[in-house]
Amino acid sequence: MSIALAFLAQTLRIAVPYLFAAAGGVLAERSGIISLTLEGFMLGGAFSAMLGSYYSGNPWVGVLAGIAGGLVLGLVHAVATIRYKADQVVSGIAINLLAVGLTRYFLKLVFDSSSNSPRVAGFSAGTSTTALVAGLLHNPLIPLGLVALPVVAWLMYRTPFGLRVRAVGEHPEAAATVGVSVARVRYIAVALSGALAALGGAYLSLDQHQFTDGMSAGRGFIALAAIIFGRWDPMRAALACLFFAAAETLQIQLQAMQAIPSQFVQMIPYVLTIVALVGVVGRAVPPAALGRE
Amino acid sequence: MTDAGAAAPIVRMTGIAKRFGAVEAIRDAGLEVIPGEIHAIVGENGAGKSTLMRILAGLFPPDAGTVEVAGRDVTGWSASQAIAANVGMVHQHFMLVPPLTITENVILGREPRSGLAIDMARAQREVAEAAERSGFRMNVRACVRDLSVGEQQRVEILKTLVRGARILILDEPTAVLSPPEVQELWRVLRALRASGGTIILITHKLDEVTEISDTITVMRAGRSVARFPTASASAASIARAMVGRDVVLSNDATTRRSPISQTARAGLDVRHLVVAGELRARAVDDVSFSVARGEILGIAGVEGNGQSALIEAIVGLRRATSGEISIGDRDITALSVRERDALGLAHIPEDRHRRGLVLDFSIADNLILGRQREYDRHGTLDRARVLADARAAIERADIRPADPELPARALSGGNQQKIVIARALARETAVLVAAQPTRGVDVGAIEQIHARLRAARDAGTAILLVSAELSEVLALSDRVAVMYGGRIVAIVPRGEASEELLGPLMTGAA
Repeated sequence: MSIALAFLAQTLRIAVPYLFAAAGGVLAERSGIISLTLEGFMLGGAFSAMLGSYYSGNPWVGVLAGIAGGLVLGLVHAVATIRYKADQVVSGIAINLLAVGLTRYFLKLVFDSSSNSPRVAGFSAGTSTTALVAGLLHNPLIPLGLVALPVVAWLMYRTPFGLRVRAVGEHPEAAATVGVSVARVRYIAVALSGALAALGGAYLSLDQHQFTDGMSAGRGFIALAAIIFGRWDPMRAALACLFFAAAETLQIQLQAMQAIPSQFVQMIPYVLTIVALVGVVGRAVPPAALGRE
Repeated sequence: MTDAGAAAPIVRMTGIAKRFGAVEAIRDAGLEVIPGEIHAIVGENGAGKSTLMRILAGLFPPDAGTVEVAGRDVTGWSASQAIAANVGMVHQHFMLVPPLTITENVILGREPRSGLAIDMARAQREVAEAAERSGFRMNVRACVRDLSVGEQQRVEILKTLVRGARILILDEPTAVLSPPEVQELWRVLRALRASGGTIILITHKLDEVTEISDTITVMRAGRSVARFPTASASAASIARAMVGRDVVLSNDATTRRSPISQTARAGLDVRHLVVAGELRARAVDDVSFSVARGEILGIAGVEGNGQSALIEAIVGLRRATSGEISIGDRDITALSVRERDALGLAHIPEDRHRRGLVLDFSIADNLILGRQREYDRHGTLDRARVLADARAAIERADIRPADPELPARALSGGNQQKIVIARALARETAVLVAAQPTRGVDVGAIEQIHARLRAARDAGTAILLVSAELSEVLALSDRVAVMYGGRIVAIVPRGEASEELLGPLMTGAA
């Protein structure tokens, strides 16, 4: 097993939650709804997936429960921003805070813990170096995560729904005058974004066989950065996710070597993010109706 | 207005009323259109033309009255019902999604499928065929944002035709077109009429009405006040019906003084000006011209050819990349807006809502914007003097209603523009940059605004006039410059300027 292969395998495993969240975020953002909510969707998804697995003993039930949790949070955001025209940034922050609060509350209520859940059934990935690649296939959420953005790309560019998402995100009045229901398209896009981002969260808790408080740890925001870095295009966003994951892998491996002070090493993903956003992207042009009513 | 002629009307609207909040947009408006005609709806801005047509297109229901299409009562129908009944509307602001292709825009909402996906090959074939049938030449794979305004309008028309529109409503379709594009549009509309289509055209340009329409309905203050066949109408009689009184339609420059010689006192001088733009590196590309005091230089051109960047650079809102701007002998290129103002540079901005007025401020406060220091009394505003001066300005400029405390928002477009112009001309001005001075202003106010500009010119102001209305440029200017693609492609004396000469220049064809 070469070092390169180990590096690749670790990068893919780290990338999976980013890929799921970015897949959801691209959909919502292209429909015109800001995706600050990805962090909350992930955390909610991680918790409800753990809960599903805990009560059923089956990680697949956990996956479904995770999706359901994401859908619920997505619909709350959709109702607030579409039906009641709440400010999308404010609603997004509220959703994130709500996810933190709810997961903590139920963690205490159900498991009487303020830090983590008991161990639940999950998807075991091989951890020994020799089993790295086999381990990738052993956790079904990894291949699913890898195809999430290609599937969203197909949806966006090849299907009627995707065309409507793009139209609604750029010029909702134009879509409305040809009989497209702007609200409906956005409801579906935001609900799907909740479900997809929640899958990223489910991956986290099922991979670790438990939920820990705040385990999304900013990954939703990294995914949002990847969307912007990818200029709101699904395939470019996928590359951005892999890039960020590779930076994180590099950081972990360098840290293990202890050659450079760890504080500097830990900065690598964030410095690369800033450099990438400032230098490589240039002026990113968001969907014209993003964040507007 | 019931002289519908032989054929039964295909559209009949009677007793229509609609209010938006406190504003009564239309009351007792009516319309009768017979099949196969081009019907023009004319009226001043705010007369209710667009509102009436949006009701017909199903964008919102009327508060009162009935709408009949082809003998069926369709009052209060929805946009998709209107489309299903073959009524299509081309909006003044295009309803196109710029990053999408022509095909995607046309099929949006009724996409042909194969399985779960869009059958793009079939869609492109069908759109291309429809374009050909309508006599449009276009690459259906092109992105809409890369098209000229005229081409975009053709996509809009195609969109309605593909949806089977037999009654086509066009809202101010020529506002953004160059003269050759207007002729092209007329060709398309005549072809449509020949194939049995019915066209309803909203406009406020009288020459267009007489050129293209068969029947005219005149609206004034939310009512339909007259309906007559175009053949029996003259421009003067239409204008009288629109305004409700006689209007001087001076389109000639005979009233102006003898031409000013080029050696007269220097006014505005622009040398090799380059200004960066959002879309192009050089929105203004090496432009040179000068305007003498006592002269109006008119810049004609289709919008989006660098006029806005040129204006903003001259008045100091945008930095010049290179080149020199001077007033008299004074180089102002590096000066701030306020320093330029102090040198006698006045500005009528092209967008009065964005740059010209604070809509929630009163008329009086708007009149002193930028002049507020002159009303300082021990650190506070001298309200009594502000109001006294406002009353005088209101009377001079004939701003209605004549109440200085009224918010600018409550005024019609024409009266709002009078505030902007009154402020710009409130003192000695060496140079006046007048951008779209009569945009969205009714015929009566246009007359007045033109008179004020001529008076300022005669008093020795150098006026740079930028207007999308070629007729306005021709009516006011002593010399006419044409701007295309960021460059001044020609400057000709008024005597030699004509639509025939300028039209091709405006499209870059000459």
